[in-house]
Amino acid sequence: MSDAQPLLPLRLLDVRYEVGGRRIVDGITLELEHGPRTVVLGPNGSGKSVLMRLCHGLLRPTSGELRFNGPQWLDGRRRHAMVFQRPVMLRRSALANVAYPLALAGVKRIEQRRIACEALERVGLLPFASQPARVLSGGEQQRLAIARAWALRPDLLFLDEPTANLDPSATQAIEAAIQTVHEAGTKIVLITHNLGQAHRLGDEVVFLSCGRVAERAPVERFLRSPASPEAAAFIRGEMPWT
Amino acid sequence: MNDIWAAVDAAARLVAGGDRHLFGIVLLSLKVSLSAVAIASLIGLPLGGALAVARFPGRRTLTVITNALMGLPPVVVGLGVYLLLSRAGPLGELGLLFTPEAMVVAQSILVLPIVTALTRQIAADAWTEYHDLLRSLGAGPLRAAATLLWDIRDSLLTVVLAGFGRAAAEVGAVMIVGGNIDGVTRVMTTAIALETSKGDLPLALGLGMILIGLVLVVNAAAYVLREAASRRHGSSAR
Amino acid sequence: MDMIGRRLAIAGVTLLAISAASLAGPASATAERFITVASTTSTENSGLFGYILPLFKARTGIDVRVVALGTGQALDVGRRGDADLVFVHDTAAELKFVAEGHGIGRREVMYNDFVLIGPQSDPAHVGGTADVVAALAAIRAATAPFVSRGDRSGTHAAELRLWHAAGIDIESQKGPWYRETGAGMGTTLNTASAMGAYLLADRGTWLAFGNRGDLRVLVEGDARLFNQYGVILVNPERHPHVKRADAQAFIDWLVSTDGQQAIASFRVAGEQAFFPDANAPKDQFHE
Repeated sequence: MSDAQPLLPLRLLDVRYEVGGRRIVDGITLELEHGPRTVVLGPNGSGKSVLMRLCHGLLRPTSGELRFNGPQWLDGRRRHAMVFQRPVMLRRSALANVAYPLALAGVKRIEQRRIACEALERVGLLPFASQPARVLSGGEQQRLAIARAWALRPDLLFLDEPTANLDPSATQAIEAAIQTVHEAGTKIVLITHNLGQAHRLGDEVVFLSCGRVAERAPVERFLRSPASPEAAAFIRGEMPWT
Repeated sequence: MNDIWAAVDAAARLVAGGDRHLFGIVLLSLKVSLSAVAIASLIGLPLGGALAVARFPGRRTLTVITNALMGLPPVVVGLGVYLLLSRAGPLGELGLLFTPEAMVVAQSILVLPIVTALTRQIAADAWTEYHDLLRSLGAGPLRAAATLLWDIRDSLLTVVLAGFGRAAAEVGAVMIVGGNIDGVTRVMTTAIALETSKGDLPLALGLGMILIGLVLVVNAAAYVLREAASRRHGSSAR
Repeated sequence: MDMIGRRLAIAGVTLLAISAASLAGPASATAERFITVASTTSTENSGLFGYILPLFKARTGIDVRVVALGTGQALDVGRRGDADLVFVHDTAAELKFVAEGHGIGRREVMYNDFVLIGPQSDPAHVGGTADVVAALAAIRAATAPFVSRGDRSGTHAAELRLWHAAGIDIESQKGPWYRETGAGMGTTLNTASAMGAYLLADRGTWLAFGNRGDLRVLVEGDARLFNQYGVILVNPERHPHVKRADAQAFIDWLVSTDGQQAIASFRVAGEQAFFPDANAPKDQFHE
């Protein structure tokens, strides 16, 4: 990254999000720092996805403050990116998909190609570079989405249940890709329902219940001995993680 | 049945005989309708995209009006354009009445709402799928709309073809503003109307068959283009 | 977008641009020498113009563009200045046109006649008479189906004069037996053919008409069926853009020996359709 102010930590101050009279995010105060891989857990409807979209700027909070430490935009590129539950592929080749955000940021054509190829290689998709992205399998498309989000080397990568619709082998490939991104220096914030995945990929857990942070703890401690009753109930109800 | 066979016979003779007169009429029909579709698409595709993506007060009203204008009666448009271009009208100085240019103007007005309204609908549907992603990747509103329109290009091709179909098939507007002048503003549809009024029904029907054949050829060409492109980029989402 | 997409897009846009540009090129013939004539469906549909206009062009190099409408509409076009000449067949309306200053230099060019046409079955038993007014009265009495142009055309005007002569106020007398198409002669003939109805038609269009069904001429020869055609120059003082010289050249040609002979020699199905009378002495046929 460059010598601008570091993007993180991201500070949330009593953030609320209300729609149609319902409070989906009901007062969250939180700080996300560079470094540990953060896993967001919680039952359905607890506000995980909305919280992530608020952080990424896809939604605007009804009240409260969301502040990054440094500028969100640098050299024409956004410094945080997101991978969605269902990958949306542009109707063009895999390579062109990855190159798209680079083009948006004003990167030169030759550079675009080089960076995109490198990103594809890192997630193991280089052989598919010239294929239409839409003929790839679900797992391959999701890996492509990760490569695309990562192409601009964001400081922070949000992932909203990236393996929810994938089979175990595809899930494995995605987890490997996420690990690669992390090792290259990007902060990971991941929503998942898969406790095993949380254990494999996470360093800390932020547990949401009814739109609030009910608990925050290192992953090992959270899964073995959750402090809050909601967390305990949640873990009991999910698939076993060991 | 006799009439229909006579029509097929008339059509076959005209086409096989390489009738120069007919060729001129076909060429003019294509030029007028294709030009009108080009103009209407140049304006309507981006306009439809903008209506789908942008948020501004009065957007819903504008959408309803655009949809309603799809039902503009061609003869009313023809009358309106006639009054505009008539020497007694505001744009009379241009001397455009009873020329192919006037016909292009009238047909462009007819086709524009169709292209705009259909583009808007298809783009709006696609936008629900694309907008999170495009914003996430950092696309500004103009760039996002352009990317969206390019991604749904298959469907937009169908929209353009619908516009062409409307232009090629209408007779009310071009009859009034063109005057059906032999060798100057006579197109397939007005020629058919003329032959019908002369009571030469088999010839009129034969010309009708040729017109349908023409539109089929244009659509087939577009289909082939689309298939070739589709194989390259994978199937569309919709 | 990638290379192929870009190439296709360029090809497509180029094709459409060529289409549009070619319209502005020589094909639209704006550099050509031409005049615009607002005329009637009877002169166009009979094929008269197709026959005489090439002769005029060969003589003078002037292209005559004919917009074929009903007489009422043609005169309206003239009033607006959208044509250089009008060539119609409703003497009363033409004289009014000139009197109101919309046109100058009216000349009579040719005549033919109207005919009363009806189905073979002839329910009102009018076939064979030479008294068209009595025939119309009979049709009304029998409430036999009758189709009218209803469009302010020369033919329509003639029809209304004949109803009047029969002492019938057609406005109040029309019932379901009387159908108005509001359309040209050909369309009206098609309707009458399909309905098996009576109608008044000009001989020129009838001779060239191809969808007669079982319609035949039932009444002809009555002096009141006389159909005079006149040509008028649109007043250049009102409409300075009118191509006065070329339009006058056309009028002069129409009434000249050459033009009159051309008109006389025009045949439809072997019959002469129009009779030149530009230089005929005024008699009871010419108001």
